[in-house]
This record gives sequence, structure tokens and C-alpha cells, in this order.
Amino acid sequence: MSARARRFVSRLLMGFRRCGCESCPFAPATRTRKLMLFGSPNVGKSAIFNQLTGSYVAVSNYPGTTVEVARGQARVGDTLLEVVDCPGAYSLTPFSEDERVARDMLLDDPPGLLLHVVDAKNLSRALPLTFQLIEAGAPLALDLNIIDEAARAGLSFDPERLSTDLGIPVVATAAANGVGIERLRALVGGDAPAASSFVVEYPEPIESAIARVEELLGAGYGLRPRAVALLLLQRDEGMWERVRQADAQALTDIERIVAETEARYHHPLSYPLAVARQQAADAIAKRAMRSTGRQVRASFAETLGRLAMHPIAGLLILAAVLYFGLYLFVGRLGAGVLVDFLERQVFDRYVTPVATNLVESVLPWPTWSLLFVGEYGLITLGLRYAIAIVLPLVGAFFLMFAVMEDSGYLPRLALLVDRVFKRLGLSGRAVIPIVLGLGCDTMATLVTRVLDTRRQRVIATFLLALAVPCSAQLGVIIGLLSRHPLGMAIWGGVVLGVFLMSGFLAARLLPGEEARFYLEIPPMRWPSLRNVVLKTFARVRWYAAEVIPLFLLASVVIWIGELTHLFRLAVAALRPAVNLIGLPDQAAEAFLFGFFRRDYGAARIFDQVQSSEAVSGVPLVVAMVTITLFVPCIAQFMVMLKERGWRTAVAVAAIILPFAFGVGFLLNLTLTSLGVRI
Amino acid sequence: MPEVELSEAAEELLANLWVMREEGNAACLPLSELETEDRDAAVPELLTAGLAQQESDMLSLTSTGEREASVVVRRERLAERLLVDVLDLRESVATEAACKFEHLLRTGIDDEICTLLGHPKVCPHGSPIPPGECCHAGAREAGKAVSALSDLVPGQGGVIAYLHSGRRQMMQRMLAMGAIPGARIVLVQKFPSYVFRMGERQIAVDRETAQDIYVRLTGGQPVRPPSWFPRPFRGWGRRFRRGRRGQ
Repeated sequence: MSARARRFVSRLLMGFRRCGCESCPFAPATRTRKLMLFGSPNVGKSAIFNQLTGSYVAVSNYPGTTVEVARGQARVGDTLLEVVDCPGAYSLTPFSEDERVARDMLLDDPPGLLLHVVDAKNLSRALPLTFQLIEAGAPLALDLNIIDEAARAGLSFDPERLSTDLGIPVVATAAANGVGIERLRALVGGDAPAASSFVVEYPEPIESAIARVEELLGAGYGLRPRAVALLLLQRDEGMWERVRQADAQALTDIERIVAETEARYHHPLSYPLAVARQQAADAIAKRAMRSTGRQVRASFAETLGRLAMHPIAGLLILAAVLYFGLYLFVGRLGAGVLVDFLERQVFDRYVTPVATNLVESVLPWPTWSLLFVGEYGLITLGLRYAIAIVLPLVGAFFLMFAVMEDSGYLPRLALLVDRVFKRLGLSGRAVIPIVLGLGCDTMATLVTRVLDTRRQRVIATFLLALAVPCSAQLGVIIGLLSRHPLGMAIWGGVVLGVFLMSGFLAARLLPGEEARFYLEIPPMRWPSLRNVVLKTFARVRWYAAEVIPLFLLASVVIWIGELTHLFRLAVAALRPAVNLIGLPDQAAEAFLFGFFRRDYGAARIFDQVQSSEAVSGVPLVVAMVTITLFVPCIAQFMVMLKERGWRTAVAVAAIILPFAFGVGFLLNLTLTSLGVRI
Repeated sequence: MPEVELSEAAEELLANLWVMREEGNAACLPLSELETEDRDAAVPELLTAGLAQQESDMLSLTSTGEREASVVVRRERLAERLLVDVLDLRESVATEAACKFEHLLRTGIDDEICTLLGHPKVCPHGSPIPPGECCHAGAREAGKAVSALSDLVPGQGGVIAYLHSGRRQMMQRMLAMGAIPGARIVLVQKFPSYVFRMGERQIAVDRETAQDIYVRLTGGQPVRPPSWFPRPFRGWGRRFRRGRRGQ
């Protein structure tokens, strides 16, 4: 049996470990150990994670954050490893939510073994973090990953030398291709390495400050006192908070020592510390790394990566990505073929009739059966929309998004749009939530946390709510307008114009610091299919868990609204506004539904178009524009409330409602008076 | 430009008055606090040149003196920068040497040195350098010895000399990402964003951040002139097949 097959079987059998023999790989684990993967972004941590754990993955949010943490299990010999994949971190001093989570995980739940994963070709840039992890004192090993890319860049390594210099085990891998994984498994499954005695020497005033602070510190930080002292010297707020709670009496003395040391330098202390670490890193990397001088010419992926950063070629690539990825893959394949199949074949032919018969025979009272199988029933509307329309669309989008993420395209897009986004008060980094918003605005609103400042988060939230259509909505809009190219162009132009203009105004009106942009651009790589699938699956699962209940809730609310005639009142109230933008009365219902799900609104119009020719031509385009801009769906509104506070959320909704109708009114006026025919 | 050449002691006094103001202390200095030689020689010199004024026994700068003093301070701090960045002197030694050195720099030369150093904004101790005319000139050319990353030409590179940022967070961020004094750095492109390469890593930043990174130039000339399309399009099929499997 090959090692791979054995692992597979052992994983299958992990649930019922009953075999008692000594040598057999299915023997019960005699010890468990927590293995934590640590490292900066884009070094292939998740590839290592997947190689070690196979498909037993639980991706969950770290408590109180949106940072995704993957956990899984691996079995090496008689050791059961609980593998945790930490979010990417450049240093132990956190600057972002991701880094804070990574640091807190290390502090609050010290692992049995910490594996620092580095991109081998950037060894000297990665070693400073290795030093910080050695200082922290956890049992540590180093993984020189993506060794194949380094070899292509003409670099060779001496892992033994590195291991001797650092005093920790070192292994070289190319996880995406499975190179070196057996060695890695042996390492993480073996005995935990002894703590390293390697020490980075800092300049004198800092060393003596460290010594003095160390004496004042108590135990129980999960780190060695030296590491705690270093974090305090760097004014790490999280660490100061911990000291305030654990060693309150020593606080003033520590504060005095740190202030004295700071006064001896003209820069924050992180500056001399970084310089000292880098000097040590360069010296060690120089001994362990050799350049063979053999440079291979740029691969197609590298050339593509360069072109994607180019102002003109980059825009062409963006257009291609939007056309093939968004329009053809998500719009035509997801919204067209998949939705058609699920809705027409599966639901209309089987599920709906069967459910209707069943429910009507069990619940012979029309009022109650309507709740399940009526026009707005839980099964016929809620579940049908969720499973047949939205899930395939969102799934297709998440798949495309994962490919964009893993190939390294997103950071390139970010640098391409940074200058434009600056005008909108955002930085290039905001493409991540904005593009994700084209999939699901609710999830994107959560992801605005990757932005540095509150101002950026508020602007991004506002733009997502106003002018970024989600994939469910996009799918319906593409379906409706694909036969009207001019209508599609007008819709696209107006929505993009509103996006830019409202962002520009928001940046003017909201006080606060200008955004700053910095982003590491990873090499363009072919995404690993397995990673992409795992990521997509995790996101779809999140979506199903968070959003399908809201679909069902919306069905119940609509049912109650119908029953109590409240909806008729609301529809009547919306009617004048709808007439104002040149739409017939029935459209009012679509707008009301739009609040429950963004796509409900568009989908209602879709139904109306199919049943009759009530809405077509100019009114259709006006309706699509207005519905795109119209209030966010209930789920997004809830997330806005939670993330931004009720004041911002209500203000955003209050601006959007009249704004959407205003734009619709002006568009209708312009198009009719120009005599445009669509 | 001063009408009269000032003595070393008078310049020193002028600069001290200016720095006192900058540090937020009193705008005037009691004469009694001065050394005897200064009171006898330097003070009358400043008074006759119209750079300082005396009210009872308090000495303060006139508006001409204000301007002249900022030029002196600028020269002094540029000199420090020059010694630290180009001659690689330690900061503590540099301060003393700079005091002497500064008096050798005459107006006109300071702009050249400022350009040579890439129009630095602060001295090695972190005090601001009063900007001169060269710093405001529309088309800033890249410094010859040290230059802000934003002023380089794509393909040009060197060693990071120092970072300077008004935002502590931003500086720590760049340090954590590996932009540390001593690191080799090459500018890859300037538009639409600044992209630089350190070893095998590429990092994109905006203009403001690129202005905060000062590079000591090596080589001088750009390695590769900026081009619209980075690579010719031929041979793509071959590269595609090879690139995919990494062989």
C-alpha cells in the first residue's frame, strides 16, 4: 500500500480506531499534540496544512473576528496531530486583525510544536520572524517551503547548516507538489525539539532594558520573559494590556524603563530591533544559502504577473477576467445553465409538485399550507430561491474568487486600482471586499475589516450597500438584459458612475486620515485545485449556514405580511415612487421584496417579464438600475448594524432609499426625452 | 543670502535661537545666559547685520534673522545627513563633525547637497530639515547619492538608507515587511502604483509611502530602461508549458 493510500485509509478509519496491534497504522494514537503553522502570507501554509491533514478540515472564524482559521487532524505513527493553520503574520507585533489573531492563538493556547513556514527564496526576510518565535520559547521547527521556486531562481540550501545555526530542526519542502512531505511528517510526528539557545544580540541600551524589564515581570504570559520585554519595548498595545492586568504593580517601573530607552533613540525602538534582527538574519542566510547563478527565464505565469501590474495590459487583463470569469462563468454558466437545471428540472418538475401534494394532504387548511407551498412558501419560495437560484450562483462566484485569490491576481488588481480608490477615500486593499461584494455583499461587509481605518470601513460599507450588485442579483440582471446589449451598457455605465461619484462625495464628506496602501505582491502561481475547492466549499458552507435561515425567515415574514395585509399597505406606499420612475404598479411588489433579498427584487421583475410584457425596454433598464442601488438586503443590513453600529447603518439606508429612486427618475427622464429605444 | 559673512560663533548663536523656538521654548534668550565671548563678539555681529534684536537684555530673531537662521539650520542638518548617509559615520560622531562641516557649506551648495541626498525631510536625529527651493521644484530629479524611492527610475536600485514617516504605524509596518535599513531594493514600476523588489519579494505601495523610503544608490544608472511592455510576446507557448510544471 502506498503511503498516500495508507493515509487515506487511516483517515477513513480514524473515527473507529479499534485495531489493537502495535505496528499497524490504524493503531490507537498514544499521544496527541497540537501543531501550529505560523508564517507570513503567501508562503504555502495552507498547502502544507492540506498535505498534512487531507480533507478533514474545519474552517471557522476565530472568536469575535472574521479571520478564518483552519483546523484539521493528522496521524503520524502513534501521534495524533491537531493541526491549526494560523492567519498570515509578518511579525509578532500585530498590525492587522489577522496578525492579532495569529499572536493571540500562540499566546493563549501554546502549541506542542510550532512550525514556521517560510518561502525559501526569501529566507533572509523571513528569519527575523523565526528569531521572534525562538524568543517566544515554543518548541519550534522551520520549514523551507516552495523550494522548487527557489531552485528555479538559482538558489540552493544547506538545511543542516541552518539547523545548527538556529538550534532548531529544519526541513525543505515543496508542499504544492508533495516534495519533502514525508520528511516533514516524520519531523512533526517525532519527539518535540528542545528549546533553542540561539539569541539575537541587540544593541546595549536595549539589552540592559530587556534585563531590567524581565526582572519585573511575573510568569504566565505564554512567552518567555525576554519576548514579553521585547514586545513591551516595541509598544505593543496587546502586550501592555496583558501586563496591566497581570503585573499592575510593576507597570510604572516598566513604563519608566521603556521611556528611558526610547529617549536614547530617535526612532521607535522597533527600528533598531528590526535592524539588529535583519543583520543576524542576513549573516545566517548567507551561510545556509548559495546562489548557483543559474537563472531560468521568466515563466508564463511570471510574465502574466508583470503584465497584470501594467497600466494598459493590466486593464485588458481585468476586462478579460471580468468577461470570462464574471460574465461567462458566473453569469452564463452559473446563472444560466445551473440555475435553469436546478429550477426547471429539479424544483419545478419534482420538488414543488411533490411538496405541494404532501403539504396539502397533511395540512388541509389553506392558510397554513400557504406558509410552506404557497406563492411565497417556505419550500416553494424560500428553499427554491436559496438552493436553485442563489447557491449555484454564489458557489460559482466563490470558485472564481478563490482562483483569483490563490493565483496572486487580487493583489495586482489592488495596485492597479489604488490611485482610483484613493479618490474614493479607500486604498487599493479595498478591492478585496469590493470584488467579494460582487459575490455576496453580506460577506463582503464582514470582510471590510481588512481595511486599516474606520473611515475606509464606513466608505466601503456604504459603497457595498449602494452600488455593488451581488452575484444573485447580477445573475438575474444578466439574464434579463443579455438580449439588450444597449440596456446592459446603460445599466453598467450608470451603476459604475454612481459607484465612483458617491465614493468621491463620501471621501469629501467624511473626515479622517487619507488611506495608505502597502501590499505584498506574491508571484503569480497556478492555483492548486484542491486549495481552491476547499476554500470555495468552506465559503459556500458559511453562506448556507448564515443566509439560508434568513431566506426562510423572509418567507415567514412575507407570509405574515400577506396574512395581515401589511404588505398591501407597504406596496401601496411604494407605488407612487415606482410610478415616478416610469414603472407599472406591479413593480412596487418587486421593490418591497428586494429588501428581503436583493435578488428577490430582480427575480420578481424577471417573473413579471416572463409572464407578460409588462416591463420591457426603457422601464426595464430603469427598474434594474434602481433595484441595484436600492436598499441592501436584510442579511447585509444586520451585518451593517453589527459591524458599523446602528447610527451608520441607518444613515446609510436613509441615504440610499431616496438616492436610488432619484437616480431612477433622472435616468428615466433622460432616456425617454432622448427617445432611446432598447 | 547674507549681506555679511557671519563668523562661526554668530552662526551658532543664530541657529540656537531658531532651534529654541522650534522646540517650543521661549522665543528670546536672556543675554546673561550667554558665554562672555559670545556676548562680546557674536551678539553685536548679529545686531549689526540686522538678524537679531535686543530688548533690555533679551535677544530675539528679526524676520530677516528668522529666514537666515532657517538656512543655517538647514545646512547643519543636511551636513549631518551627508555624513551619516554617504560617509556612513555613526550618528554620535556625525553631530560633532557636522557642526564644523556646516560652516564650509555656503548657500547654493546646500541645495546641491540636498539634491544629492534626495531632499531629505529630517536629520538623522529626527528633527525636520527646513525645505529649500530645490525641494519644491516641480520636476524633482533623483538624488545622486541618496534618493527617495519615489524619485527613482524603474530599474534603479540600491540599499535602503533610512525610513522616515510621520506615521509610526506605517514605519513599523514597513519594517515588519522587511524594508529595513541595509536591505537591497530595486524599483520595478511607478505607475499606477510603486512596486519594488527586495530579493525575490515584490511589494506595492502608494506614492506617499514610496516617499518615506530613502535609498542609497549603487550603480547609478538604471539597469533597465522603463518600457511599456515588460517582455516581448514571442515564445509564450514554450514558456507556458515550461512554467506550468516548473521545469
